[in-house]
Amino acid sequence: MRYAMAVDTKKCVGCADCVVACQTENNVPIGYCRDWIVEVTDGTYPQLEIEIRSERCNHCDNSPCVRCCPTGASHYVEGGIVKVTPHECIGCGACITSCPYDARYGHPDGYVDKCTFCDHRIQDGLQPACVSVCPTKCMYFGDLDDANSEVSKVLKKRKFKTLIPQAGTKPQVYYLI
Amino acid sequence: MAQKRRDFIKISSLSAAGLIFGAQQLSSATKINSKSKLGDFGPLDTLRTPTYCEVCFWKCAGWVYKDKEGNIKKVVGNDDDPNCNGRLCPRGTGGVGMYHDEDRLKSPLIRVAGKDGKQTFREASWDEALDVVAKGLQKVKDEHGAECTALLTHGSGGHYFGTLLKAFGSGNIAAPSYAQCRGPREVGFIATFGDGLNSPEPTDIRDTRCLVLIGSHLGENMHNGQVQEMSDAIDKGAAIITVDPRFSTVASKSKFWLPIKPSTDIALLLTWIHEIIENEWYDKNYVEKYTYGFEQLKAHVKNYTPEWAYGITTIKPHVIRETAREMANAAPSVIIHPGRHVTWYGDDTQRLRAVAILNALLGSWGRRGGFYVPEKASVPAYPHPQFPKPTRTWRDAMGGKYKLADLALASGVCDATIPSADLDCHIKAWIVNGTNLIMTLPDPKKTLEAIQNLDFMVTVDTMPMEITGYADVVLPECTYLERWDDLRVIQGREPNIALRMPAAEPKYNTKPAYWIAKELANKMGLGDYFAWEKFEDKLDWELKQIGSSLEEMKRIGVKNLPREFGPLYYQKGQDIDFFTNTGKIELYSTALAEEGFDPMPKYTSHMEPPAGFYHLNYGRAPQHTFSRTSNNPNLTDLMDENVVWVNPKVAKEWGLKSGQPIYLQNQDGVVSDFPIKVRVTERIRFDSVYMVHGFGHNNKKLSRAFGKGASDSQLITRVLVDPIMGGTGMRGNFVTFRFEKESEVTS
Amino acid sequence: MREELITSGRLNPNVDPYLEIWHWQIPLYLFLGGLAAGILFFASLYVILGKENEYRGAVRRAPIIVPFILMIGLGALFLDLRHKLFFWQLYTTIKLESPMSWGAWTLMAITPISIIWVAIHIQEYFPGWEWKNVILRDLNAFFLKNKVGLAWVTIVLSVILGIYTGILFSAFNARPLWNTSILGPLFLTSGLSAGAAAIILFAQSKKEKVVFAKIDIMLIVIELFLIIHMFMGFRASTQVQIDAADMFLGGAYTAPFWIFVVVLGMIVPAILELMELRHKKIPVYIPVVLVLFGSLMLRFIISYAGQMSRWLY
Repeated sequence: MRYAMAVDTKKCVGCADCVVACQTENNVPIGYCRDWIVEVTDGTYPQLEIEIRSERCNHCDNSPCVRCCPTGASHYVEGGIVKVTPHECIGCGACITSCPYDARYGHPDGYVDKCTFCDHRIQDGLQPACVSVCPTKCMYFGDLDDANSEVSKVLKKRKFKTLIPQAGTKPQVYYLI
Repeated sequence: MAQKRRDFIKISSLSAAGLIFGAQQLSSATKINSKSKLGDFGPLDTLRTPTYCEVCFWKCAGWVYKDKEGNIKKVVGNDDDPNCNGRLCPRGTGGVGMYHDEDRLKSPLIRVAGKDGKQTFREASWDEALDVVAKGLQKVKDEHGAECTALLTHGSGGHYFGTLLKAFGSGNIAAPSYAQCRGPREVGFIATFGDGLNSPEPTDIRDTRCLVLIGSHLGENMHNGQVQEMSDAIDKGAAIITVDPRFSTVASKSKFWLPIKPSTDIALLLTWIHEIIENEWYDKNYVEKYTYGFEQLKAHVKNYTPEWAYGITTIKPHVIRETAREMANAAPSVIIHPGRHVTWYGDDTQRLRAVAILNALLGSWGRRGGFYVPEKASVPAYPHPQFPKPTRTWRDAMGGKYKLADLALASGVCDATIPSADLDCHIKAWIVNGTNLIMTLPDPKKTLEAIQNLDFMVTVDTMPMEITGYADVVLPECTYLERWDDLRVIQGREPNIALRMPAAEPKYNTKPAYWIAKELANKMGLGDYFAWEKFEDKLDWELKQIGSSLEEMKRIGVKNLPREFGPLYYQKGQDIDFFTNTGKIELYSTALAEEGFDPMPKYTSHMEPPAGFYHLNYGRAPQHTFSRTSNNPNLTDLMDENVVWVNPKVAKEWGLKSGQPIYLQNQDGVVSDFPIKVRVTERIRFDSVYMVHGFGHNNKKLSRAFGKGASDSQLITRVLVDPIMGGTGMRGNFVTFRFEKESEVTS
Repeated sequence: MREELITSGRLNPNVDPYLEIWHWQIPLYLFLGGLAAGILFFASLYVILGKENEYRGAVRRAPIIVPFILMIGLGALFLDLRHKLFFWQLYTTIKLESPMSWGAWTLMAITPISIIWVAIHIQEYFPGWEWKNVILRDLNAFFLKNKVGLAWVTIVLSVILGIYTGILFSAFNARPLWNTSILGPLFLTSGLSAGAAAIILFAQSKKEKVVFAKIDIMLIVIELFLIIHMFMGFRASTQVQIDAADMFLGGAYTAPFWIFVVVLGMIVPAILELMELRHKKIPVYIPVVLVLFGSLMLRFIISYAGQMSRWLY
């Protein structure tokens, strides 16, 4: 079982609904965010192109944050989701420093926090909050090992990319381009 | 079934309580709350309460979820709601911020003169404050007549205060969303098709093959259902044509982006009409059967060639031809989207006429992938005595102008409050509910002048917006999450209704608008118009009339009802009687001609920016609704200020860098109160700047919004009034940059 | 023109606009750890080489400060933690892939050893000292007998301590400035240099001072060599590394780095020590203080600058 997410940059309008939905679903404190919107514009007026991405922790297969954690608070759970156990975290900040995507942050209560792929919803058979709320339905989530899952099917059909592949982290959030 | 033709000139204003009584049979086709893969949010039990959002006019229905301690946690969409299909937009999702905002109005306030002579507000009890309001309104009635009171409203509260005002004897109920926003398109489409568009617009985007957006930045304006359907359309391979001087988000997803020179849109539309007629790409059967005035139109557009348009719009002739062909190929599944905020240059009704004509030529009105025939549920109003007939209506306050406007003009009400020689009586009292007139109406100086001439003003609001600072009495309304409200009855592919019930008790000392109106009515002897005891009983009564019940609606939140008046699209060969003078779609508008206006749109050029100035373009961000959400903690987390988009060439000339704060000064010498940061971007034309509307608040009580960004409304002092219906065109302003705030220079 | 923006207002504290998760506590600890490693290295080295009596300063006198600076360093580390009550979780598991885990356990081992080292040499400062307690007296005798074994353990641990801080940084390839394998040897050399300088202060015999001055000069030369090659490596690498190096070659950190670390912290003390070897009269503490200062500033600057460098946005 390998959970992954795909975001269709051709349909994303950058409304940041995913950011607010994640905040209300996961009680992310105001002033912090687990996911964010990046807008890249290329060209000169009027020959222009925009790519819009909804980014978050990539739940990498080869994640430096799990490797560098001295207490094991940063760990994998079923499906390759990377999670942090708050009472095992000492707040040393090594994982925050080790993430090339800068996806982690220090929660005001002291431990380290980040996107969890809403695993508390997945176990109830639901989708992550961001995927469920997206008005353009441009986000897909599922099991890569299941050929019939939405995300497997869309990755077969479309061209895609990941972020900073040369960092060797093997991220599991794919951007359809 | 033939329907009665309406008398176009003498249109009675739409009244909230004037819904037609219609017998509805209980539908056996009620959808069961299905567990859809992508929209379900949890077990269907008492942990959630139904509501519909109040952050914008789209009113998506949703469920409010609370955590174990009973605190409001999140709001998610109702799967059965055709407006949102189970997915709320960022403002709806962030609506919980409205509830948690500590800057909310907490207690009724009465204006008093302080010890030092300065005026200030003091807290008062509800009883005392409502007494002051009742006395204030009564005084105006005694001295000048009930017709000299007006209600300016936006949102659910309008129902109750409207009832109150009509019971009081005044028909002056205006929403800024008419003359400041969609008014011209309503009149333009009524003049053409006999029907306005209303909300939500009956655009069949999900089945369209070509979506033409001229003056719409869908995706940045978050009309939820339309953005969702646009995404579906993209999936199905629809072509999008965007006409915009700015490379908007949707422009980046369009097959064609036409970077048009600002203010030249009518030229492009007329040229498209020319191309489609010239090449005989129009729907011949449709035009023959349903339209009137084709030959006049053909002669009228004879000279509007792409080469002519090129010189005006700077769009190349071959692009104009290609896009016309693209539209024609897709017809009738094509939508020339009317947009929403269309008050630009004063000739807006004519521009929307051109849009309507283009749609008519392509045969998209009433067809799949074009515009469907919407239906709205008929919910009978709770019985109340007949309203007294006012001796004067808002039309009399317009001085004989704008006969073709079908709704009251908020700006007109404002004008009619300022004493002038043309009118023999003036509006003396305002009730303002849910609209921040200082940022809504252009030319804020005029609004302030009007306010100074009022005898009495009461504002009912949730937040201490700028308008509340000018009131005699401020009444704190609770948010939509804390109250019952009238059923949401909107048009759609299927008639549907939605319930709003409170998820929490009102915080602080706030009250729902219906309670405020009922209490006021009781104090003013108008209690019979609010004859119900508890609001829930009123809702239950209404629901039982249409075969449902409050108990059912609490469980399902949204009820879809079967269509009653005909199919969703025109059937082949169907005879249709349009509500126009000729009974047909008027390409040549007889109604406009009768009033002395051009029966077919003409292109007129508009003022260009003086040297060193740039077109002030403004728009929306998907994270915000006007100035209403600028203090919402969840949404300011996403965007807490606006920035001014500047082309790199312009930035180089002025030595501007991204992130640099500057002041904006308009052509009349008005300087923005606060500086705004620059965004140097290729996405804006070199002769324009762009900023999102709704920022630059100057009320310190809005702790998150105060001083953030600049207010475009402040810089809109040159108002181009549409002579046909009084719409206030706001795009005729130009700005230049100032590095320091200089004192205001009056020209 | 490429415009890359985060448009949803992301401003995570300590992460945006650039990483600032480690403040003064970490560079201070790295410096103190490096200094301690340097001192213990030389102390145990000369025991192993059997030259204990020739180098009394190194073996018996300098190590007295080590337990104290290690305690201060540990205190600083504890202060840096953001979830302090759970600090003991560090010692419930060994994570071989985590340099921080290595550091935690190494410190756990080396701190008592440094105390033991000071204890068995306590007579250097308190000549009449006698261990009254029977157990302590036996332990004292035990360690004195097995001094060489203790020295071997100490030298290994001190090398780990000296080098792991550099490896800790270089393991974070998410921070392009640290993504170089030179950082480990650089920090080790810097620590040894600081240790050597400190030993000069504690040395009593002239010979010892001369030897350590020579060692220090040699270490400084190696450091300079490593620094130059580090920058050459960055400039030849990918754009993110070039950007990281540019912080020191024209960017915000140029003046502090080259002046404080290289000139004041390495070149000037090397020259002063050279002059002293040529029998010019230089007060001994000037080059020592400069070397220690340079070593501290190196840690500070690399720590802050490294956090500023990032891959995205």
